[in-house]
Amino acid sequence: MKLSITSTLGSLLLGASAMLAVPAALQAQDFAGETIEWTIPFGVGGGTDVWARFFAPQLSEALPGKPTVVVLNVPGGGSISGANQFAQRASDDGLSILGTSASTQYPAILGDPRVRYDYAEWTAILASPTGGVVYIDPKYGVTGPADIEKLRAEQIRFASQGATALEMPVLLAMKMMGLNIKAVFGMESRGAGRLAFERGEAGIDFQTSSAYLSSVKPLVEGGKAVPLFSMGVVDAEGNVTRDPSFPDLPTFVEFFEQATGAKPDGEAFEAWKALMLAGYSLQKMVVVPKDAPAEVVAAYGTAAQSIIDKPDFRQRAGEEIGVYEQLVGDKADAALKEALTIDPAIREFLTNWLAEDYNVRM
Amino acid sequence: MFDVALSALGQVMTGGHLVFLVLGVCVGLIVGILPGLGGIAGMSILLPFLYGMDPVSALGMLIGMVAVIPTGDTFTSVMMGIPGSSASQATVLDGFPMAKRGEAARALSAAFTSSLLGGLIGALVLSFAIILARPLVLSFSSAELFMLTIFGLSMVAVLSGRSLTKGIAAAGIGLVIGIIGTAPATGEARMTFGIDYLYDGVPLVVVAMGLFAIPEIIDLLKRGTAISETTAIGGGWGKGVRDVLRHPWLVARCASLGCVIGALPGLGGAVVDWIAYSHVVQTSRDKSQFGKGDVRGVIAPESANNACQGGALIPTLLFGVPGSGSMAVFLGGMVLLGIQPGVTMVETQLDVTYTIIWSLALANVVGAGLCVLLARPVARLTQVPFVYLAPFMVMIAMFAAFQASRSMADLVALIVMGVVGIYMRRFGWPRPALLIGFVLAPGAENYLYQAVQFYDWGWIMRPGVIIIALITIVSVFLGLRFGAEISSEGASDAADQQTRGRQMAFAGLFFAVSLYCLFEATQLTFLGMVFPLTVGVLAAASAAAVLLRIRKGRVAEIHDDDASATLSGKSSGREAYLAIFAGLVALIWVIGFVPAMAVFFPAFLILAGKSRPLPAVLMTVGAVGFISLITWAMSLRLPEGLIGQLF
Repeated sequence: MKLSITSTLGSLLLGASAMLAVPAALQAQDFAGETIEWTIPFGVGGGTDVWARFFAPQLSEALPGKPTVVVLNVPGGGSISGANQFAQRASDDGLSILGTSASTQYPAILGDPRVRYDYAEWTAILASPTGGVVYIDPKYGVTGPADIEKLRAEQIRFASQGATALEMPVLLAMKMMGLNIKAVFGMESRGAGRLAFERGEAGIDFQTSSAYLSSVKPLVEGGKAVPLFSMGVVDAEGNVTRDPSFPDLPTFVEFFEQATGAKPDGEAFEAWKALMLAGYSLQKMVVVPKDAPAEVVAAYGTAAQSIIDKPDFRQRAGEEIGVYEQLVGDKADAALKEALTIDPAIREFLTNWLAEDYNVRM
Repeated sequence: MFDVALSALGQVMTGGHLVFLVLGVCVGLIVGILPGLGGIAGMSILLPFLYGMDPVSALGMLIGMVAVIPTGDTFTSVMMGIPGSSASQATVLDGFPMAKRGEAARALSAAFTSSLLGGLIGALVLSFAIILARPLVLSFSSAELFMLTIFGLSMVAVLSGRSLTKGIAAAGIGLVIGIIGTAPATGEARMTFGIDYLYDGVPLVVVAMGLFAIPEIIDLLKRGTAISETTAIGGGWGKGVRDVLRHPWLVARCASLGCVIGALPGLGGAVVDWIAYSHVVQTSRDKSQFGKGDVRGVIAPESANNACQGGALIPTLLFGVPGSGSMAVFLGGMVLLGIQPGVTMVETQLDVTYTIIWSLALANVVGAGLCVLLARPVARLTQVPFVYLAPFMVMIAMFAAFQASRSMADLVALIVMGVVGIYMRRFGWPRPALLIGFVLAPGAENYLYQAVQFYDWGWIMRPGVIIIALITIVSVFLGLRFGAEISSEGASDAADQQTRGRQMAFAGLFFAVSLYCLFEATQLTFLGMVFPLTVGVLAAASAAAVLLRIRKGRVAEIHDDDASATLSGKSSGREAYLAIFAGLVALIWVIGFVPAMAVFFPAFLILAGKSRPLPAVLMTVGAVGFISLITWAMSLRLPEGLIGQLF
């Protein structure tokens, strides 16, 4: 509100609007007449944008005082630019919120020098998890973990957006199983990667749950793709359970065990779990600055809870949000703290691996 | 199929659907007319309404908005010489000279009629192609897409004017600028000088505005008249419509071309207008007027770019992979409505697909109709003394540039590109060639890299690649033979042989930039290096060739339209105006956009325009109010300035 006033009416009103902003902050738990600016560090029409626009009108309805919720897209730098800008400028009166995704989380974990935001400065209000499935071209004759040797025998191409993008835990999983994967980077989206698979350019591919259900399932039914495993759902204790969207598919951990006869362990597995936790168990998050008053955080928590408690939430959420349990309030924030506190040894493992295999230097 | 198509048509024609479609069209025209805003800005207006809307009406509204953007953006291309969006770049070449000749209304109505027919043909092709298009889209792999970018680059041969060497050098610099940012293959930063802003590369809007808008504004100010050199309104819109009807096959060919190119994901609107333009040049018998205001040069790109939107729907609907920037936005809207794109769009949801196609056709009719109504009154603007229009155009250009990444650096980059544009114009370097290189650089690099990774060097022998290569060779041959007359940079000055030193200095700058690109390339890993190295060699070699030829005094390369003035020690005023614009950027940086405009407008109108205070104040209020309204309505942002940030 303050920002739009200054840019609309000019410098004469600057002082006046600054004064107006003070009482607004004091009684922020009532948002009547206010405008909440929801920064989305991605372009319009992308996954995170659609997710935010699904929640925005409901949030507006559920927050006390029914404020206007405006989505502000600030794309660039794979979401780093928008998150930096939020870290620098956001007000802590609850009128500025940020939506993040795995590609906001991963650079923070890896210590990318461009990152000037810190998740420790933020409180999470809502977190939406997702999952995903790895599938393969039938020409390799692989149907399950028993065919691991066939899988290892050939060099298989995988079309990916980049080594530090959403596919990072997938690349790590493939490495842990000793597959001979040739990653081709520079895909504009996961959709472009799927197109490369459909053309036969890539032999193996990965899609997140909603894209798998809408675009890959028909391929599987038509005999043009064979699902191998789901990434599974990783909880804060490090337990990996089957993905509720794909109850019939083994998880990566099950697949690994059946294929190699041993449970996955060691630094690589710890790193994989850390990546899954930060990028999938909490794939998309709504955060406010940590200094926001407790009433504001509580008001958001209650609003988010009431949205997901609505009886028709699941039905309206559709495939895009999926069947995953949305984390709300304290639960979301506790999960955030857990996920973004990464063991320095694991960070070192990840940066070494990225440097060695993909020449990515932080 | 036909019964589904007909029942979808019935649904589209119902009252409620039509209202929303027209609403979408109006929004699309507004964002199309304002340079720098595209489907994304339009979407942010429409998206809040989507929630809970009936899907058929909502789709109509979205597609209505997306479909007419390449119709609306013609206004700025023709009237101001600013490419309204990447789809209307080529329209500038002949459209703007027509406006200068006093034929703005004719150019506009020809453009809108072509847009209308192109859009309809696109929808028609789409309604059949959508069933069969899957194999076509899948047959274009990264290798074929790379060859298509090369084909796009070969358009430079047509657009270089008198000197092909200069054209290649300009395209080379465009490619070098396009390399700035993160390497697609390895994620390495290239030529970023450690500046965060450059990690994502320079935005297209900023490059296009800087190269075209700033030099045109300054040149018109320098000339001190209205845009139109004559006072006649000239022919009117009926003439433009008749122009189009005289070339039905040209429209059909360019529309089909646009539809096919639009269907290939990843290339889309960026090249389609150039390809259509060079097609019309190569297939026309009398080429003497191209670049000077031949109406066919307007008809070809405008028929193609609307058809392109139809084509771009194919990968969007069938694969969920957007065929263009605005289609990415449309895709997001579909998902929000609960419609998942994919194979089901032609299997179980064919009715939805046809609703989209018919809405597209209808939106083209409505959009072109509205534009034709607007064409005559808007064309009168070309009669207004330019000094009154200039501050508006400067404001719009800066507003548009800032929306690219909402950073002050956008405005700085705008001025830098403006400097490049001004001197390219002065010294006769084809700016379209630079723009083509810039637009195609990321695609060329990415697809080459992918092709090599997927197929090793075997990609060269793919049949599709060979076919496109042959077409490219033929096109270059024809372009070289016939393209020499087309210059976008105006005439030189008689004394141009005597300012060779200055001309060489500017060519030397291009050479130095190419060398720096080569130096940066050697610092990278192999995969990140290949493309910058290739491009750097090309740019450096051609810039060196230009240098040598200017030194030898070769007529084709010598060009300086300010030579006499410079020799007599006078300044043409270009630098002075540029300094004013740079000062305005500095002012925005300190006190914010709206206050800076509130100072700049009256100052410019009174000092440069000799306007009386009252009209100056009224125009200021109107302009500042307009830009604030747009900003508010589209939930955009304006620079707040250092002072604004203190509060």
